[in-house]
Amino acid sequence: MTTEQLKNILADGAWRQNTGLVVLLGLCPLLAVTNTLVNGLALGLATMLTLMVSNLSVSVLRGLLRPEIRIPAFVLIIASVVTVIELLMHAYFFDLYRILGIFIPLIVTNCAIIGRAEAFASRNRPLPSLIDGFATGLGFCITLVLLGALRELTGRGTLLAGAEMLLGDWGHYLTLVVIPDHPGFLLAMLPPGAFFGLALLIAARNAWQARKSATSVTAMISDSNEI
Amino acid sequence: MNRARHPVIRSGILLGLIALLGTALLAAVNALTHERIIEQEKLRVLQQLNAVVPVASYNNDLLEDRIEITDEAFFRHPAPIAIYRARMDDQTVAALMIVTAPDGYNGDIRLLIGIDNNGTVLGVRVVSHRETPGLGDPIEIERSDWILGFNDKSLFNTQTSDWAVKRDGGEFDQFTGATISPRAVVRAVHNTLLYFKANQQALFETTTMTAKKNDN
Repeated sequence: MTTEQLKNILADGAWRQNTGLVVLLGLCPLLAVTNTLVNGLALGLATMLTLMVSNLSVSVLRGLLRPEIRIPAFVLIIASVVTVIELLMHAYFFDLYRILGIFIPLIVTNCAIIGRAEAFASRNRPLPSLIDGFATGLGFCITLVLLGALRELTGRGTLLAGAEMLLGDWGHYLTLVVIPDHPGFLLAMLPPGAFFGLALLIAARNAWQARKSATSVTAMISDSNEI
Repeated sequence: MNRARHPVIRSGILLGLIALLGTALLAAVNALTHERIIEQEKLRVLQQLNAVVPVASYNNDLLEDRIEITDEAFFRHPAPIAIYRARMDDQTVAALMIVTAPDGYNGDIRLLIGIDNNGTVLGVRVVSHRETPGLGDPIEIERSDWILGFNDKSLFNTQTSDWAVKRDGGEFDQFTGATISPRAVVRAVHNTLLYFKANQQALFETTTMTAKKNDN
């Protein structure tokens, strides 16, 4: 694998094909758990780990998997991986497990995971697949963290509340009260806030992208005007 | 040999092997984490219970000294009520009851209510609820100290008409924009005190897992 390939995999997973902002897969957990930064980070890490392990397993087994059974095989592999992660979290990160609750087993249904297994891991060697899982997971995790931070800040005026659930007791000191005596902005904490937040993030990403490649955007605009 | 067989059978065997592999992995991890998960669950319940009964005031195994009762007519809810009994050297100290208030704004509110020997409330905590965030959720200790208002209340120092929110002429605060959630909690606590008063002896003496039905 050349450095160029590596760069491409990383850039695709984390930015160009960002699961949450571009491909828009896995929106259910994305919208549901991101009411705080820590919740987003925890689900992001769990998803990232799932992606890496499932990509690696699929890639290792890809020689054996005949086309007609590949989808059920993917499902079996992903379900096993997620259940293992769930059990480990239940045992070692109990408070977090209680908060993320149903969304841990629901990682199974995140289409991004089976999507990467099908589109990448089943056609590539183990190491690139592992890296692809990492990059895609990283992109998803960053989106979750950003959305979580945005909602926590506007909704509660804090950042990193509940970090002790992830890091142990010293996590208490990490909680930043950015806006003291924040009255609480309910809209940001409730599900509609997730949609607004995600829309803002997607818009921000598109704006960034547009500025970076101004020429192609002019082309796009003239295209859409013709329609 | 396999190569000669029908591809469907080969695929089936392959899929079976993958399933077997996954199952083996899960079984191994389950064996590894099982004990710890049970321990964590117990620890959590104990932490909740200790929030309403001081650790120093009892010396029995609280989690084991547990009964369940069902009295749908009295509690207006079919869910069984778990009762943990705190004792100090076989002297009864307190009953910790997990009751369900059926009339929250969004359905059930599960409460842990600690009542001492004299029928005085040691403390109340919300175990779970689905009240509106920002409006009804100040019943949680994490959001406000409203729930501490029940401490030291009893049927003797607070008469029946006072067991209500202020809007209904009682002595407990409601929240801005939310009366239903606090009203449901006040009613449930009052109800539980009445039940405790009527059944106190039976509650502590029953040793079986399921107490006999309340006959009054």
